[in-house]
Amino acid sequence: MVNPMATATHASMLGSANPGATAPAVSGDSPPPLKAESRGLDFYYSNSFQALKSIDMPVYENKVTALIGPSGCGKSTFLRCFNRMHDLYAGNRYAGQIVLHPDNTDLLAKDVDPIEVRMRIGMVFQKPNPFPKTIYENVAYGLRVRGMTQKNQLDDKIEESLRGAALWDEVKHRLGEMGSNLSGGQQQRLCIARALATDPEILLFDEPTSALDPIATASIEELVTELKKKVTILIVTHNMQQAARVSDYTAYMYIGELMEFDKTDTIFFKPKRKETEDYITGRFG
Amino acid sequence: MTGPGPSAMPTVVSARLAKKFSRNLRERAIEAILFFAAFVSVLTTVGIVYVLVSESVHFFQRVSLWDFLTDTQWTPLFDDAHFGIMVLLSGTITSSLVALVVAIPMGTVIAVYLSEFATPRAREISKPILELLSGVPTIVYGYFALLFVTPILQALIPGLPGFSLLAAGLVMGIMIVPYVASISEDAMRAVPMALREGSFAMGATRLQTALRVVFPAAISGIAAAYILGISRAVGETMILAVAAGMQPNLTFNPMESAATITAYIVQVALGDLPHGSIGYQTIFAAGLTLMLLTLAFNLVGFYMRKRFREAY
Repeated sequence: MVNPMATATHASMLGSANPGATAPAVSGDSPPPLKAESRGLDFYYSNSFQALKSIDMPVYENKVTALIGPSGCGKSTFLRCFNRMHDLYAGNRYAGQIVLHPDNTDLLAKDVDPIEVRMRIGMVFQKPNPFPKTIYENVAYGLRVRGMTQKNQLDDKIEESLRGAALWDEVKHRLGEMGSNLSGGQQQRLCIARALATDPEILLFDEPTSALDPIATASIEELVTELKKKVTILIVTHNMQQAARVSDYTAYMYIGELMEFDKTDTIFFKPKRKETEDYITGRFG
Repeated sequence: MTGPGPSAMPTVVSARLAKKFSRNLRERAIEAILFFAAFVSVLTTVGIVYVLVSESVHFFQRVSLWDFLTDTQWTPLFDDAHFGIMVLLSGTITSSLVALVVAIPMGTVIAVYLSEFATPRAREISKPILELLSGVPTIVYGYFALLFVTPILQALIPGLPGFSLLAAGLVMGIMIVPYVASISEDAMRAVPMALREGSFAMGATRLQTALRVVFPAAISGIAAAYILGISRAVGETMILAVAAGMQPNLTFNPMESAATITAYIVQVALGDLPHGSIGYQTIFAAGLTLMLLTLAFNLVGFYMRKRFREAY
């Protein structure tokens, strides 16, 4: 997994022991340990349209980082760089680095297998997308893909994951039912359980509540807050209240650029830039 | 020009009414044409069923249903006439099975490749070529089976007769491949990208995604493709008439020559059988059997679609 090439370039480029050197300064006391960091990240769709422009941003361990900004600002595009989702479509191109700590792997390096990346970084999508399988098999999917076949191991892991996604009590007697029989909010928690089953280091949420009703939304938000004890979370949302409620850090993006990154409180109450303030206060976007 | 005064109102309204009237007329005419088109196809089906059933009724007045289903000989034109449909049915079943053994694996693999692995360019090139296969007239396939495939098989399998269910079935399978592949591919491509992304995001490979997520999600459409393949195999005529032989033979051994229901109908219909004779009526009894068989498959297909339909 460790990519010597990337580590070498990283060291020579920075020439510094401080891994957060290129990240924007955060107000207040010293920041928590880094989990990942985007360095000079550019992204191009279909070899031409530049969707991300030189993004430098830290991702702190066991914290929730929210990405906010108007539609088309590139927040989802940025999120999908972390698990190399863009590799699925021809013509997409990355430049720059996303370095995953503690092993300093550049997730975007050519010789890093995207499948290896996705084994370490889980994702929950905008619309719940359970597989056409039973509840049990949905959660078992990632484990089976990794070659786990022992029934008792799977059983334990599935219970643990469903408990982690606050779904166990609702489904423990019907694990054999199809995942699509669940309600929208339950389906989304099933997708979270599915992602948790493989013990990801970072969990990416791409507007996870935009297809859910307010009650289901509240349960997902509560879950996100609970999950950060175990996993680092990046969440894209166009609901600013949601960002304020669940996140520790917030990044405001606009037309492919990271305008401002700081503690959520600072972004919402004392933003440094006028643009951020305009967006937050609803004067724009 | 005094502007739209009260006196202008009635003309405007009547002009609108006239417009509405002509629009209604046009709507009705189109509706009638559409209804007529639908009605003709329904009428044709009803007509076919009527002819098959009414002629078969005459047949079953002479031959008992029990004999028809259990007799082990099919000799309707001999003095000692026997009417055991199982003899013809065995040929149909055996040749269809051979065809499906070829068509289902090949068609499925091609569909998985085209839908999940092929680049858009490769798909653009290979799909029309594949569909060209389904445009080849079946008589051509028949002679291909008889004059090309049979000699090769005879070289491989000593003692294979010049007409065999194996040769006909294999070529029939190749004929069906495009149908199975094309419909299965459509079903797989209709699976939303969100499901594939969900699978890839879990660290799955392309093959794992194709086999464990896309295939099961598309199973209702793929089952429909298989059913259509079976229906085509059961109803196929020319390949069997040319390459499988015309001799009724109660066998499930593909290495033998045997007549199928369709081949028998061709054979008998080509001769001059007097209208109303028992030989003439066998055509309809055999045809009715064939229709019930395909109907049964269609019902199974319908049930499977309902049973396995996935709400994405």
